[in-house]
Amino acid sequence: MLRLERRATPSQFWLWFTPVLAVFLTMLAGGLLFAALGSNPFTVIRTIFWEPLAGANAAYFRAQLFIKAAPLILIAVGLAMGFRAGIWNIGAEGQYIMGAIIGASVGLAFYPTENRLIFPVMVAAGAFGGWAWAMIPAILKTKFNTNEILVSLMLVYVAQAILAKAAFSFLRNPDGMGFPGSRNFSTYPAARNVDLIERSGFHWGAVAALGVAVAAYVLLTRHGIGFRIRLAGQAPRAARFHGVSPARLVIFCLGLAGALAGLAGIFEASGPSGQITDKFATGYGFTAIIVAFLGRLNPLGIILAGLLMALTYVGGSLAESRLNLPAASIQVFQGMLLFFLLGVDMLTNYRIRIGRSLRTGAGA
Amino acid sequence: MTAGSDELLRLEGLTKAYPGVIANSDVSFTIRAGEIHALLGENGAGKSTLVKMIYGLVRPDQGRMTLRGQPYAPARPAEARRLGVAMVFQHFSLFEALTVAENVALGMEDPPPMRALSARIREVSEAYGLPLDPGRNVGDLSAGERQRVEIIRCLLQDPKLLIMDEPTSVLTPQEVEILFRTLRQLAAAGTSILYISHKLEEIRTLCDEATILRRGRVVATCTPRERSAREMAELMVGASLAVPARRKGQKGEIALEVKDLSLASPILFGTSLKAVGFSVRKGEVLGIAGVAGNGQDELLLALSGEILAPAGAIRLGGTGIGTLGPARRRAAGLVAAPEDRYGHAAAPDMSLVDNAWLTASVRMDLSDRGFIRRARTRAFTEEVIRDYDVRTPGPDVAARALSGGNLQKFLMGRELKQGADVIVINQPTWGVDAAAASAIRQKILDCAGHGAAVVVISQDLDELMEIADSFAVLNEGRLSVPRPVEGLSTEEIGLMMGGAHGMEEAHHAT
Repeated sequence: MLRLERRATPSQFWLWFTPVLAVFLTMLAGGLLFAALGSNPFTVIRTIFWEPLAGANAAYFRAQLFIKAAPLILIAVGLAMGFRAGIWNIGAEGQYIMGAIIGASVGLAFYPTENRLIFPVMVAAGAFGGWAWAMIPAILKTKFNTNEILVSLMLVYVAQAILAKAAFSFLRNPDGMGFPGSRNFSTYPAARNVDLIERSGFHWGAVAALGVAVAAYVLLTRHGIGFRIRLAGQAPRAARFHGVSPARLVIFCLGLAGALAGLAGIFEASGPSGQITDKFATGYGFTAIIVAFLGRLNPLGIILAGLLMALTYVGGSLAESRLNLPAASIQVFQGMLLFFLLGVDMLTNYRIRIGRSLRTGAGA
Repeated sequence: MTAGSDELLRLEGLTKAYPGVIANSDVSFTIRAGEIHALLGENGAGKSTLVKMIYGLVRPDQGRMTLRGQPYAPARPAEARRLGVAMVFQHFSLFEALTVAENVALGMEDPPPMRALSARIREVSEAYGLPLDPGRNVGDLSAGERQRVEIIRCLLQDPKLLIMDEPTSVLTPQEVEILFRTLRQLAAAGTSILYISHKLEEIRTLCDEATILRRGRVVATCTPRERSAREMAELMVGASLAVPARRKGQKGEIALEVKDLSLASPILFGTSLKAVGFSVRKGEVLGIAGVAGNGQDELLLALSGEILAPAGAIRLGGTGIGTLGPARRRAAGLVAAPEDRYGHAAAPDMSLVDNAWLTASVRMDLSDRGFIRRARTRAFTEEVIRDYDVRTPGPDVAARALSGGNLQKFLMGRELKQGADVIVINQPTWGVDAAAASAIRQKILDCAGHGAAVVVISQDLDELMEIADSFAVLNEGRLSVPRPVEGLSTEEIGLMMGGAHGMEEAHHAT
């Protein structure tokens, strides 16, 4: 019989080994899934995890890796700070969309002026857009004690509706012959989020993601704000005793996550995506939740988790096109990762004892 | 089984070692049927481990136990309970979101229907004078009331041996009297009681036999009535006890003034404060007595700044601070120490260093532009550990790894070392052994001697008499007019406490 026994102190080994185990179990269960779909599981797993790094055209895929990882890391770091404090922002996708729309609107308002300040202003506007969208659940929570999970999630759908409106009407390219979608930033140098090294995929968003992750790590481990975030999550009454105002913490954490999601949005719109279209939102805001937990809510862990998740994205679409797998199977595969991660997470606080049942004999 | 000289439980050579420490070494004694047997010892003397072995939570490495002549080696508490051994823990294991009756049902192997159980609970609580409404949520109960749930939970099992770990630490003298009557009644009916306490006077009035542990060994077995409290304390500590030195001298000007403080309780079914007023002078210790659940927690929250008041209701050195939060009150010179160590005064999963920063960051200058000054924080933590004799492997261990008494010493040191003008403490020595309690009281008096105004909220009357200069009672959210302790007679204290509910026998409205 299996028994769970609580550890006196959380295991440091398992804290960092559970993500590895979760990835392994995902490969195992995913392999079974792909086999059931009629593909060779080894080929699929190899295509997802190995081809993008070392296969043919690896340079292209590696660039894609940075492009996908940067927004995931940016968003996940912001979410992780809130999750640490027990504030559950599930609506990063909406904040990401609003950041992109506001930032792009500001940039396009200047079109075709050329000025070096336009891009920084756009980026600031993007962060503002995400922040403002996150302030809705924040203020509703602090004033009316609403549940931030529901409000932030619902606002994703509102943001998606606004995105469609933007693509079809107020941001539509006047020279686009009626096609939906905004003007493309690739034709507007002052507002373009360029690759810092040609074709590397390493754009300003990647720089921001790395910088933010490191800054967040320092904040969390060395600064009073980070202390308050951890304290509020672990012992809410002790946090109040210390002098943390729950309302201000909610505003700070949701605002930070919103601003970072907004940043991710504007970097994406002005860079890899290039324009605001009705298909702009691809779920980074939701996937970032997985990334945040996969990285143990630790900003440095999130960098690794973001790269890994990006790999499943890039490799997954490769498997989709090369091996004719349905897109849904790749999403299931990614979902499994979170499932297993949460499942094996208890190993950090519990140990499994395998032993005979305490009841004597074989039943009866 | 009738009361008599026949033995109920015999321990022979029990030994239990943990890595690096021997918790119990060759412990032997016997408990007779119908006997109230005291187990005495300092924090870390091995009382808990011993009791856990009897209750089936820990298995001894060596030695054996016999219960009513039969070999007794419970593998689990359920087995111990089935054989008639019940225990009331010092830290309660209750679910706050459930009612009293539901909590009791959870501890039973085969709970009866809820209505029948509620009736049983009422019956037992009336019989033993422990007022308790089975329909209330545990989350709304005071510490004292929660303990009654635990006691009644045990009594419902009709135990042969009842183990009580520090049962009176949250009770008033009147409640203690009622509890003792309950215990004597049980003993007369043949139930043995293993009674763990630091309160020597209690043991002298209640117990028939005492086993004294020091560093895991039995150092003495005696009849408490024939020994003085001082003799027993010295056996327990192994050294002479220091009685707090009372400092003389004039009190200074008013440091803290509370005027007409009325606040609704933030706790559901809590007690709101009603026109509370008092003032404390520099160098003065004001003792506030009363039964748990009469507004003690609310008063501490109001003074610490966790609930806000009109600015003028609380004045610190003449300045209204009612609207300031905890951090700004600390900066202004007021520190507070709440009663609940795990989760309120300290974050259990954080290290001692982090917990030191928790309240000392403002006054001890432990931040630099918002960043934690780690070296300074560590140095402060080590200073507290050293000066308050906190037994810990080091400053980086989680607070929850410390025993209750040790954590309390640490938390007292954390507040008292900050050089504050006003210090507010709720239950300074709850669950702390005699030697540590007297050390803490001495430190409180030292702070007052250096000019701090101190407010001590406590349910331990003896403690208040020992350290307080003036004395008031908090009852149903109202504070009596503080009076000087000097010349206060027992009758007068009784009158001040008079009307305090919880002293009358259990009678349930509704």
